[in-house]
Amino acid sequence: MLENIVVITLFTIACSMVLLIYRVIKGPSTPDRVIALDAIGINLVAFIALISIELKTSAFLDITLLIGILAFIGTVTFAKYLEKGVIIDHDRD
Amino acid sequence: MSLLHVAILSPLIFTIVVPIVYKFFRNVHTGWFILPLPVLLTSYFITFVSVTKDNRSIGETLSWIPSLGINFTVRVDGLGLLFALLITGIGSLVVLYSIYYLNKKTEQLNTFYIYLLLFMGAMLGVVLSDNLVVLYMFWELTSFSSFFLIGYWYKRDKSRFGAQKSMIITVLGGLCMLGGIILLYLMTGTFSISESMEFFYPNYVKDSYFIPALIFILLGAFTKSAQFPFHIWLPDAMEAPTPVSAYLHSATMVKAGIYLVARFTPFFGEHPLWFWLVSGIGLLTLFWGSFNAVRQTDLKGILAYSTISQLGMIMSLLGVGAAALKFSDTNDNYYLVATTAAIFHLINHSTFKGSLFMVVGIVDHETGTRDIRKLGGLMTFMPITFTLSIIGAFSMAGLPPFNGFLSKEMFFTGMIRIQDLHLYHLQTWGILFPSIAWIASVFTFIYSMVLVFKTFTGKYQPEKLDKKPHEAPIGMLISPIVLASLVIIIFFFPDLLSDSIIAPAISVILPNLLTETEAFQVHISAWHGFTVELFMTIGVLLLGTFLFLTREKWKHVYTIFPDRFFSTVYDETLKIAQNGSKRLTKLYMNGSIRSYLLYIFAFFIAILAATMVVKEGFKLELDNLAEIGIWEVILSIIIVIGSITALFVKSRMTSIILLGAVGYTVSLFYVLFRAPDLALTQLVIETVSVALFLLCFYHLPKKKNEERIRFKIPNLVISIGVGVIVTLIAISAHSTKLYDSIAHYYVENTYIEAAGKNMVNVILVDFRGFDTMFEITVLAIAAIGIFTMIKLRLSGREEH
Repeated sequence: MLENIVVITLFTIACSMVLLIYRVIKGPSTPDRVIALDAIGINLVAFIALISIELKTSAFLDITLLIGILAFIGTVTFAKYLEKGVIIDHDRD
Repeated sequence: MSLLHVAILSPLIFTIVVPIVYKFFRNVHTGWFILPLPVLLTSYFITFVSVTKDNRSIGETLSWIPSLGINFTVRVDGLGLLFALLITGIGSLVVLYSIYYLNKKTEQLNTFYIYLLLFMGAMLGVVLSDNLVVLYMFWELTSFSSFFLIGYWYKRDKSRFGAQKSMIITVLGGLCMLGGIILLYLMTGTFSISESMEFFYPNYVKDSYFIPALIFILLGAFTKSAQFPFHIWLPDAMEAPTPVSAYLHSATMVKAGIYLVARFTPFFGEHPLWFWLVSGIGLLTLFWGSFNAVRQTDLKGILAYSTISQLGMIMSLLGVGAAALKFSDTNDNYYLVATTAAIFHLINHSTFKGSLFMVVGIVDHETGTRDIRKLGGLMTFMPITFTLSIIGAFSMAGLPPFNGFLSKEMFFTGMIRIQDLHLYHLQTWGILFPSIAWIASVFTFIYSMVLVFKTFTGKYQPEKLDKKPHEAPIGMLISPIVLASLVIIIFFFPDLLSDSIIAPAISVILPNLLTETEAFQVHISAWHGFTVELFMTIGVLLLGTFLFLTREKWKHVYTIFPDRFFSTVYDETLKIAQNGSKRLTKLYMNGSIRSYLLYIFAFFIAILAATMVVKEGFKLELDNLAEIGIWEVILSIIIVIGSITALFVKSRMTSIILLGAVGYTVSLFYVLFRAPDLALTQLVIETVSVALFLLCFYHLPKKKNEERIRFKIPNLVISIGVGVIVTLIAISAHSTKLYDSIAHYYVENTYIEAAGKNMVNVILVDFRGFDTMFEITVLAIAAIGIFTMIKLRLSGREEH
């Protein structure tokens, strides 16, 4: 029962990722693409968590956390870039 | 280290003293300090005459590299002694001459005498070494010191050119000789000449190395002795100071090749190829040298070509003499005459050519020119020099009462008798030998006369000369006088030499014609009766005189043959080699990384595909394959689509994002294949590197329209080839598992030995921690490198 649910969920998430990728490629403005990439990252978290259930191991839970962090950092960085044009400020004083 | 070794090495050792003497005794000519050495050596070597007279030899060994069979073994036998006496004797005279020839104020005497002593020691080493490797070492040392001596006036272009040319040609021959020596070693198993001579001809003639060894050794000898067509370096070597020309390029170095041929006659002599090469090339050189000597206008040019021609004559005699090895009948000296003539003429040539060079040096020194078109009528100004030149030139032409007459008669005798040899089809071709010899002798006569009469008689042209000519100082005349008197003494008392020097030398060249106790009976006399030879000499005299007097009328013959034809060939060859290699290098070293990668990958494909085909390496086994899951298929499809799309997209940004997608998919693969550590690292690194790529591309100069990667068929072929080859290899490698994996050990011992449960990490830091350490180093270097690149660039910008 659980296995079937996992497989169905994986498919669903895969579909949502494909749709998000469409948005990344198409996305009329850059913020659209960034939001889509962020969402893909979160989807990947779910995806890997499901795979861990499928493979019956807890070894991949680190990776879900890592993806969460990377997605956050990436999104913040892009946001800063879009707002200020630079990512790391030069120390001018 | 025996006295003999000291004697051979003494000139080399003495070179250390020369600069000291030169520095501290500036007001005495350095040559005076050098002169005692060759004189002492001459007298030392004369003591050996009593030993070699009985066909005995003295050998001394000094260990050098015994494990390789290379020892400094010296052996004084008849042949070696003859050369040693020539080297030291003429060396003494040349040193004496050079003291008056070279100005102590304007010339760099220390370098001159260092090079000369180096040469003398090297030459002694060549003729007295019994070990072939040591012989080769000294051989190269003669090339080397000769190079320095020719380029002594290094500020002149021509000197440098001549030095380079002689270096290239003689070293080329020297290297061939080294090849020959190695082949000889492979045949006989020893580097010792005397030991290898014990195995005579029949043992080795069937050896496949025999012919190559013969040719290589002869190449060495021919280049050194300026034989056709390697004679071209000798005329250009005339840019050397005249004492050097007299010493190296008439009496000693150019006879090293003669020595080599004589030395190896017992080994190779019975082979027909040896006969044809040595005597054929010798005759050709004889003719070509004498023919070209006539057209020269420079006195040293005449002498250079005459040396070439005389060397050819000696060489041809040695070749003919080798044919005598076919006849073991020694009671009759019938065929020995050629070898005798060779040795005899070798001595004679050293005497008269040495004196002629010195005479030319005097003329040059006292008038400032060597051009025969400017010279003339010097007879009254320089009577002694004139007399000396008459003696030398008439001896060279082969006239009585000078020693050249004796050897030329014997030369004719040897060449005539060759027709009686029933060997090598000589019955039909044999007539060529005396005819060529005779024609060459006519030319020899002509240029000898040109040398004397164009210089010393005729019209005196003071307006063309730089200096007012006058007789040379007495010191300069001593050496040519000594040599010229030898020319006459040898004519009247040839038997002084025959038993003491010539016979032992012949017994070395033709050892297997003798039994233990026998000795060659050499008898040289001036008068044979009315023989063919005498009429040939008279013919030379008559025709030669006629042609000399009518020289202006037939001079245009020379316009048919281009002057310096073979030198031009040499120049062009060098030029072609230079340009060709330059062009070749430019062809493939085009500076484009794209083409270098093309070569690398093409080679990679070719060599691996060839190995696959030749070794039949492809193998496919399906037994040990795992089942394929649905997720793996999906991920693979994503990777394939991502990679292929990356090739065809237009914008760089898209291709970076696609690469990133591929990288993340790879990390998903790691997840699927249960490698959490790898997946973690892959994710982080992929993120960082995508960020870096974005950074790079953000700063790239903006192009107006971004283009797709241009399509090129070679690139397509090669990329497909690499992919296919790597795939095939991977499949084959996976299909051939020879051993079990060692992974079991880690599985069992990770916790027991290393107190960890994460096997990957335990391997990284415990079992194989060394790798990790250096990976850390790599990262550190990369970080420092990036830091310095950015920093240095900034500081560089500030400077500007």
